[in-house]
Amino acid sequence: MDRSQGEVWIYAEQEDGVLSDVALELLGKGRELAGTLGVPVAAVLLGSGVEGLAAKLFEYGADKVRLVDDPALRNYQNRSYRETMIELINEIHPQICVFGATFQGRDLAPSIASALRCGLTADCTELKIGDYTDPATKEEFKNLLMQCRPAFGGNIIATIVNPRNWPQMATVREGVMKMLDPVSGKSGELVKHQAKCLDGLELPVEVLEVVRTAKTVNLKGARVIVAGGAGVGSAENFKLLHELAEALGGTVGGTRAAVDLGYLEHERQIGQTGVTVRPALYIACGISGAVQHLAGMQESQKIIAINTDKDAPIFSVAHYGIVGDVCDVLPKIIKAVKAKAI
Amino acid sequence: MGYNCVVCIKQVPDTGKVTGDAMKADGTINRAALPAIFNPEDQNALEAALRVRDQHGGTVTVITMGLPAACTILREALMCGADKAYLVTDRRAAASDTLATSYILSQAVKKLNPDLVFCGRQAIDGDTAQTGPQIAEKLGATLVTYLEGLEIKDGFAYATRNIGTGTEKVKAKLPALFTVMEKCGELRPFQARLAMKYKKARAPMELPKETADADYEALKAKGLDIGQWNLDDIGCDLSRCGKAGSPTLVNKIVNVVLAGGEFQEFQPTDEDMGRLVGSLIADHTIG
Repeated sequence: MDRSQGEVWIYAEQEDGVLSDVALELLGKGRELAGTLGVPVAAVLLGSGVEGLAAKLFEYGADKVRLVDDPALRNYQNRSYRETMIELINEIHPQICVFGATFQGRDLAPSIASALRCGLTADCTELKIGDYTDPATKEEFKNLLMQCRPAFGGNIIATIVNPRNWPQMATVREGVMKMLDPVSGKSGELVKHQAKCLDGLELPVEVLEVVRTAKTVNLKGARVIVAGGAGVGSAENFKLLHELAEALGGTVGGTRAAVDLGYLEHERQIGQTGVTVRPALYIACGISGAVQHLAGMQESQKIIAINTDKDAPIFSVAHYGIVGDVCDVLPKIIKAVKAKAI
Repeated sequence: MGYNCVVCIKQVPDTGKVTGDAMKADGTINRAALPAIFNPEDQNALEAALRVRDQHGGTVTVITMGLPAACTILREALMCGADKAYLVTDRRAAASDTLATSYILSQAVKKLNPDLVFCGRQAIDGDTAQTGPQIAEKLGATLVTYLEGLEIKDGFAYATRNIGTGTEKVKAKLPALFTVMEKCGELRPFQARLAMKYKKARAPMELPKETADADYEALKAKGLDIGQWNLDDIGCDLSRCGKAGSPTLVNKIVNVVLAGGEFQEFQPTDEDMGRLVGSLIADHTIG
């Protein structure tokens, strides 16, 4: 069947009645994709007693909200959410489905793709519409979802397409897409669905207890980020980064390599598989500048790079560069900041 | 009563050691230039399975899909205490994306009919975290992602999961598949006796062709055989494997040209650092 008129779907993840930021961010991108295709963008909202969230989804860009409100969907569970999404997709035939690459999205999206036997690209850093010609068959495909993600190793971005098995599915990390400014009072079409699959559906998992831990790190909201990589050398040396961050009223982040080395906690990871940030000032300490890291910080307004290797790629995106050792340079910056009494 | 556990493991390039020649000109990974390791979270997955066996008895079987070189990590798993290892290897499985890979692995797992399946949360070469959930879907097993702790009691799995905003304790029906995080525990070291024994374990494809059959029979007699399956052995529908079974295609690969804007170098001196901080204050970046 021709699915080229299918809607663009954004999975409107909510937890305890609170919409995730990434869902709102994705609605902005969804609007753009749907605009290019000339089809509606729909937010797909599952839960129990969550109809009130539809208004917010309209304000952030949804033309439609497709709602399944059912007591069986009170808590996120793989089986119930998966079956509901599969039923909806098989009924409405969207051409694109995008999920936030959150704990919930990374549990749900692959399960759906497996059941529908369609492709799924994880952690995309850009999504756009384009044409594709299969080099083997010369078959041409118009208006496909181009799913861009940095490829492992080197400064390389791969573009992935799923020309034959629809819907075209992708996940995107929080912070990657820019949230639209909400249009107060903007409305849209609310479509209520009933999921037949939920009737008497037996759930293989029983949730016994949920313990929420307060988020202690807010990288996305930080005006100044002092970030470190493997070149910082030790967890001990990271104290210098914390000291500078404190002096500037900023937050400490780091690369995946630094996290893997145990220099800092996972929630402070910046990059393709961590958080994407756009602070006013980003101070990159001992970071070489792998494309996966750059993907998460290159839109910072001012970037200072400190590295012993003058040829490190990080200098190519930096506005100010200092070739030197972090342990030598940082104390001098801290001293200068304190002298200016900021 | 014991539980039969299967652990899906992967040999991955050590992405922590990426150097300039890690990529070939066509943008694919130059695996020869990178050391290959036992994917870190798959090690945690093996540990989780071994702990279930420690407590309840049963078996731990490891499976990997890849080239015969991947037998290295199967031997490592045996040296840590796994009972049996299988290599799924077939040229027709090349270029499988996560959907095709999970199909092939699910066919291999089905053959072993386990109570519990363990996968690492994600592999460090792709970070997609898709294969585990997709194997579970294909098996019809209960999916429990982001496992941080596990107890088996009265035929149910009592699991602690990381849900990003906190943790969740769940009771899950078996058979179940778990995707395992580091917090589940570090893989125990090789046992000296097992290390001595299993360093000689081989899959048929690792043996010299002329004497492979006889050599493999001799290994079997000593319990040193690594099982080897091709796609036919595990009953795969070939249209769901390799390139044919992979809906995702790489359209193009581009080198990132880093945007070179205005750039100013400062010397690591007190004087220059003062100038740098001064200019940040002047343009209201800080302060």
